[in-house]
Amino acid sequence: MTVTDRLGRVALIGLPVAFLAAFFLWPVVSILWRGLAPDGNVDLFAIGAVAGDASLRSVAWFTFWQAAVSTLVTLALGLPGAYVLSRYRFHGRALLRALVTVPFVMPTVVVGAAFGALGVTRSITAILLAHAFFNYAVVTRTVGSLWAQLDDREQQAARVLGAGRARVFWSVTLPALRPAIGAAAAIVFLFCFTSFGVILILGGPGSSTIETEIYRQTAQQLDLQTAAVLSLLQLVAVLAVIGVSNRARRRQSAAASLRGGGEHTLPVRGRRRLVLAANLAVMGTLLGLPLAELVRRSLRGGLDGYRALTATTSGFLEPPIDAVWTSLRFALTATLLAVAIGGAAAVALTRTRRRHTRRWLDALVMLPLGISAVTVGFGFLITFDSPPLELRTSPAIIPIAHALVAIPFVVRLTVPVLDAIDPRQREAAAVLGASPRRVWQEIDLPIATRALVVAAGFAAAISLGEFGATLFIVRPDTTTLPVLIYRLLGRPGEAMFTQAMAASTILMILTAVTVLAIERLRAPESAVF
Amino acid sequence: MRRRAPLVALLLTTLLTACSDGAEEGGTVTLVTHDSFAVSKPVLRAFERETGIHVKVLKSGDAGEVLNQVILTKGAPLGDVVFGVDNTFLSRALAEQVFVPYRAKGLDRVPAALRLDPRHRATPIDWGDVCVNYDVAWYSERGLEPPTNLVDLLDPRYRGQLVVENPATSSPGLAFFLATIASEGSDGWESYWSRLRANDVLVVDGWEQAYNTEFSASAGDGPRPLVVSYATSPAAEVMFAEPPVDVAPTGNVEATCFRQVEHAGILADAKHPVEARRFLDFLLSERFQADVPASMFVYPAREGTPLPEEFVRYAAPPTTSLTLPPTAIAAKRDEWIERWTELTLR
Repeated sequence: MTVTDRLGRVALIGLPVAFLAAFFLWPVVSILWRGLAPDGNVDLFAIGAVAGDASLRSVAWFTFWQAAVSTLVTLALGLPGAYVLSRYRFHGRALLRALVTVPFVMPTVVVGAAFGALGVTRSITAILLAHAFFNYAVVTRTVGSLWAQLDDREQQAARVLGAGRARVFWSVTLPALRPAIGAAAAIVFLFCFTSFGVILILGGPGSSTIETEIYRQTAQQLDLQTAAVLSLLQLVAVLAVIGVSNRARRRQSAAASLRGGGEHTLPVRGRRRLVLAANLAVMGTLLGLPLAELVRRSLRGGLDGYRALTATTSGFLEPPIDAVWTSLRFALTATLLAVAIGGAAAVALTRTRRRHTRRWLDALVMLPLGISAVTVGFGFLITFDSPPLELRTSPAIIPIAHALVAIPFVVRLTVPVLDAIDPRQREAAAVLGASPRRVWQEIDLPIATRALVVAAGFAAAISLGEFGATLFIVRPDTTTLPVLIYRLLGRPGEAMFTQAMAASTILMILTAVTVLAIERLRAPESAVF
Repeated sequence: MRRRAPLVALLLTTLLTACSDGAEEGGTVTLVTHDSFAVSKPVLRAFERETGIHVKVLKSGDAGEVLNQVILTKGAPLGDVVFGVDNTFLSRALAEQVFVPYRAKGLDRVPAALRLDPRHRATPIDWGDVCVNYDVAWYSERGLEPPTNLVDLLDPRYRGQLVVENPATSSPGLAFFLATIASEGSDGWESYWSRLRANDVLVVDGWEQAYNTEFSASAGDGPRPLVVSYATSPAAEVMFAEPPVDVAPTGNVEATCFRQVEHAGILADAKHPVEARRFLDFLLSERFQADVPASMFVYPAREGTPLPEEFVRYAAPPTTSLTLPPTAIAAKRDEWIERWTELTLR
C-alpha cells in the first residue's frame, strides 16, 4: 500500500468525522451541557426529577409505538413498490420513480391541509397514513437501489432446483435484501420517532412525542434542562435503533451479490400486470390523492395563484417566485456536500476492517436523524458566535444544516450496495495484477456511482423540502420554497392560500424534475465484466 | 508564478473589502425578528439610501422562539435590534435585561396606553387585536345571529362551531386564552374552559390549521364558522379575495378581542448601537408606520398614521379590547398554560 493510499484512507474517515464533529457534535453537546450543567455543575437531582416524571413515560411509550407501527405500515406498502419500481420494465418508470419522491419533501402544514380536505383528520390513523405518505420513497429508494442491482442468477438457480416462487423469495431474495430493508426500516423508524409536524397537526394538540416536547421545552419555554434530559433519552433510543439495524446488517452472509453492468428488469406480462396495477393503485391513493388535492386548490382562481407569485406584493422584499432560485442554490450546495461527505463515509465504512471504527462512524453519521432540529439550531446559536466561525448569521449555515439531514441517507443508500459487491470480483482483479486503486476504479466505482447518483437525487429532494431546521436556525432573509409556503399560509385571505398551494405545486414539480435530472446523470452503464 | 500575481492581488483586495465591509461610512444594522416581520421594499431601501446604513434582517420562527434565542445569546448578541416582542412576552424580555434604554424619535406621537415600559427599553411599534372571527354567510344562510361575546360561546346554539389555537404553541391561541382570563378572572377561567370544552370547542395547534382547514370561510371549506384570528383578518379577506368582493366575508366578535402590542428594542452589547438608534427611529417614522398595516396586518403605533382604505372600511380597530398587565402575564403564564393543558387536552 502506498503512502497516498493510506492518506486517502485517512481522508475518507477524516472528512465526515471532521464535518460532523464541527457542525453537529459540537453544537449539540454545547446546548445539552448548557441544559444539564447551567452553572458548571450537573444537578443530578433535578435531572432525576425530570426523568422520573410519570407523564414522560406515557409520552415515551406513545413515541415508540406510533413509530414502530408507522414503520411496519410503511414497509408493508413500500416494499412491493420498491420491487415494481426497481425490477419491472414499463413506460414512465423513471418518471414514476421521481414522482414517488415528491411526498417526501412536502411541508407538513400543506399535507395536513390536503389530508384534512380528504377527510383524514386528527387521529392515530391520520398519523400512520401521513408517515407512510412521507416515507414511502425512503423504502422504495433504499431497497430499490439494491434490488435493482441484485444478481438474479441465484434466484434462477433456486427455481431450477425446484423451489417455488414464495420459497425463492423467502430463502434467496429476502436475505439478500435484508441489509437494505434494515436500513430503510431504521431510517423510517427514526423519522417517525422524531416526527414533529405530523404529530402536532394530524395527531391534534393532545398528542405529544419526545420530539414535540423537546421543541416546546427549548423553543417555547427555554427550559434547557428538561429539553436536555429529553434529548438524552431520545439519543439512547436512537443509538439502540442504530445498533439493532447494524446487527441485522452484520448478520447477512455474502448472500447478496451484485452483478455489475447495470440493472436487470423484467417485462410486464401475465401476473406481473396485476402486481403492477395493485402497486399503482396504492401509490395513486396514498401519494397521488393528497398531492392532486393540492394541485386542484392551487388552480382555484385559474392561474391567478401562480401569476401572483411573480409580483412583489406588500410585505415581500422580492417577488415570491425568487424562492425557487434560492431553494435550487441551497439544494445544489447541500447535495454536493452530502454526496462528498456521505460518499466518503460510505466508502470508509465498507473498507475499514476495524469493527469499532465501523460501528462508531456508522452511528455518528446516523445521529443527525435522531436529534431534534431545534436542538441543533439552538446549539448553532451558542457555538458559532465568534470569528472565524461566526456562522450563525451566515447563509452558509442553511446548506450545512440540509447536508446534515441528507448525509445519513447518502450513507444508507450506498453502504448496502458497496457491501454487496462480490469480493471475488476484487480478488480476481487483484490476481490479474490490478493495483488496489485500479481494483477500486474498475470494480467498486461504477457500482458506487450508480448508488451515489440515486442518493444525490434524494439529497437534493431533502434540501428542497427541508423546513424544520431551516425555520429553527436564525437565517438571513432568504426565503426557500417551504419557508415561502409557510409564510403564505400564515396570512389571511383566500388568495394567499391559493398562492401557497401554487407554491406547493411548484415545489412538487421542482422536486420531480430535479430528481429526474440527477438520475439522468447516471453513469453510462459500463460493463464490469 | 509572475502571471498569478494579479490574481493574488485581486484575491487580497476582495478579502480586504470583505473585512472592511460594515466599517464603511453609514455601517450596518442587523435586525433580529420573527417570520411574520415584513416591510415593503421601497420603504426599507429609502432608509438605506438616506442614512447609508445597510440593513441585514435575520429571521427565525415565531415571536416566542425569537425572544428565547435572544435570551440564550445574551453576551454575544445575534444583532443590534430586535423586533417583535409583544406584551405577553414583554416582562420576560425586560427581566432578562436583553435591551438597553433608548427614547426613539416619534415616541411622543404614540398614545400613552401603548407605552408599557416607562424606561424605554422596549419601544411600541404596532398593535393588533386577536378576536373571534365569524363566517358572515354561514350565519345569514341559516338565519342565525353570530355570537356577540365570550359568554355566548358557551351557549348550546353555538355548540361545535368554534375552533381555537393551543396557547402553548400559538400566539393568537395565547391571546384568546388571556382574553378569557381577563374577562372571567383568575378564579373563573377554569370553569369557563370546562364549559367551553363541554360545548365542543376544537383546539388545533396553529393558526394556519385553524384558519385554512377548520374555518368555514376563506380558503377553509372547514365545518366551523367561528375561529380565533385577528381583527384585521376581515380586511385581508377583502384585499386578497378571489374573485374581488366589496363586502367582507367575515366579521369580528368585538367583545372577544385581546390587545397585543408589539415592541422593538436595542440589544445590550449590540455591535452597532448608533445605527441601531437610527433604525429604531425609522421604525417609528411616518413612512415605516404607514407601511405597517398592509405589510403586517396590524395597526401602526404612531397616532395619525393614515390607514389603507380597506382597513378603514373593513377593519376599524375594536373600540375596547381586553388586556392584562405584562407583569401579571409573566408571573402566571406557564402555570396557567399547564393548568389549561390538563383541563382541555387531557
